[in-house]
Amino acid sequence: MATSTASAPARAPRPGRGSLLSRSEGARTGLLLLPPMLWLGVAYLAALGALFITSLWSQNDFTGEIERIWSFDNYRQMWEVPVYRTIAFRTIGIAALVTVIDAVLAFPVALFMAKVASPRTQRLMVIAVLMPLWASYLVKAYAWRGMFSEGGLIDWAGAPFGIQSPGYGLTATTITLAYLWLPYMILPIYAGLERVPDSLFEASGDLGAGSVTTIRRVVLPMAFPAIVAGSIFTFSLSLGDYIAVQIVGGTSQLLGNVVYTNVGSANNLPFAAAYATIPVVVMVLYLAAARRTGALENL
Amino acid sequence: MTLNRRLKAALTVLTGVVLVAVYVPLALVMVNSFNVSRTFVWPPPGLTLHWWKVAFHSAGARHALLVSIEVALLATVVALVLGTLAGLGLRRTRFYGRHVVSLLIILPIALPGIVTGIALNNAFRTMLGLDLGFFTIVVAHATFCIVTVFNNVQARLQRVGASLEQASADLGAGPFTTFRLVTFPMLRSALLAGALLAFGLSFDEIVVTTFTAGPQVQTLPIWIFQNLFRPNQAPVVNVVAATLVLLSAVPIYLAQRLSGDVVTSTATP
Repeated sequence: MATSTASAPARAPRPGRGSLLSRSEGARTGLLLLPPMLWLGVAYLAALGALFITSLWSQNDFTGEIERIWSFDNYRQMWEVPVYRTIAFRTIGIAALVTVIDAVLAFPVALFMAKVASPRTQRLMVIAVLMPLWASYLVKAYAWRGMFSEGGLIDWAGAPFGIQSPGYGLTATTITLAYLWLPYMILPIYAGLERVPDSLFEASGDLGAGSVTTIRRVVLPMAFPAIVAGSIFTFSLSLGDYIAVQIVGGTSQLLGNVVYTNVGSANNLPFAAAYATIPVVVMVLYLAAARRTGALENL
Repeated sequence: MTLNRRLKAALTVLTGVVLVAVYVPLALVMVNSFNVSRTFVWPPPGLTLHWWKVAFHSAGARHALLVSIEVALLATVVALVLGTLAGLGLRRTRFYGRHVVSLLIILPIALPGIVTGIALNNAFRTMLGLDLGFFTIVVAHATFCIVTVFNNVQARLQRVGASLEQASADLGAGPFTTFRLVTFPMLRSALLAGALLAFGLSFDEIVVTTFTAGPQVQTLPIWIFQNLFRPNQAPVVNVVAATLVLLSAVPIYLAQRLSGDVVTSTATP
């Protein structure tokens, strides 16, 4: 028994047995990868390429037809028209703010889950954090519409303290986005902190560090890649969002609204395509920066 | 542990506050579905079951729900096939394109939804000359759902190793028999977890959907979004929202039964 199991893995497959598939690893890999790569290559990469090409074309203002004349006009317009520039910077600013808010809120929760809670509480907390993820995105944005509404819950609860709902606008949008993406920040940080051994805390304490120093000099640096990993989600998701801002943002516009309006009612697909390259470029830069922190292994 | 009592207490309190902030809005949706007032003033002037009855008979909501389920099922099937193939293909191979393949799989979800949405919209309409509708939604959803299945399959394959399959091959089973009798049973719960995530992702998606749905087809999120701002429909939307909050317990329950795999891989949206 023991000898047969020990010799089995070492034995090479006999030639002539099995089909070509099992014999040639390379051919098998190729055949397995072909369908998904065809799908993603055709349905996605080609679409992204086509999007870029379209952004170099232009729109005939009278007929609404796309004219295949090559130019950088859309990109120039994007930079020169102040409102488009403002909206782009505003969106990036809000995405950054949402990311910071989420990191600040998520860290103590994740630390509690990983190092303070009992195993049972830990399990319950994971469920409690995951549950809102499964509740529909729209429902959550909609829930905040109810919170911020005039005479709604925030007005009512804040009245004794003289606090008023900020009403629908950019503040409400930022809060709602931070709410929507918070679990995406908590989960990676929790996973990262769980991997930090307790002995490190003890070592830090033995060397004379207090709790706050331990967190600042030991825990935070170790959790940093996980925080960056979470920030990829919160940042990217905020950058492209244009639904929440319509629900709680009043008349404010973000990058996504400009793209959507130009695809739909304004019917200027080339300009929309050019404008949509902003989040792509920003995300590529962000991912390149995140890569240096080792965050991508934490996804 | 050297975290002192005060800090532990502070962490516990902060966690409690965040949890309350997370659940109050959801609870508000639940309560408001019984609110007599159409404008949801707080506190509710009275409670009623009327909106639940109206919502149950709302033809638009029911139809949209069916469309959403159909789209999610089809997208999940495509994602299951393609994600499994990709997971199996990338296993034990160290060819240089490995990272490119993983990147390509994760890209549709890593890029903001509007980018994926407008890219597909442009490809379908301008490049391929297709009319937007049911089919284009399924293609779009399947594209960003592949990653959930792929992640789960890959994690599972890494954990179980290849020894059982080698044993099966040594005992004379061909690759298809080995897949059917050894690989597939090992993957089953990972596939279920991946499918669950893919279904949830598709069922809830709105950004890419608005770009690929066209004017005729309504999924449930699109129906909600279009009726959100109509004062007449708002209470019905609220009931649908409350139902979705309740239903979100179902996948959580299933995921818990499926083992811890799901928990970590959900971190990918």
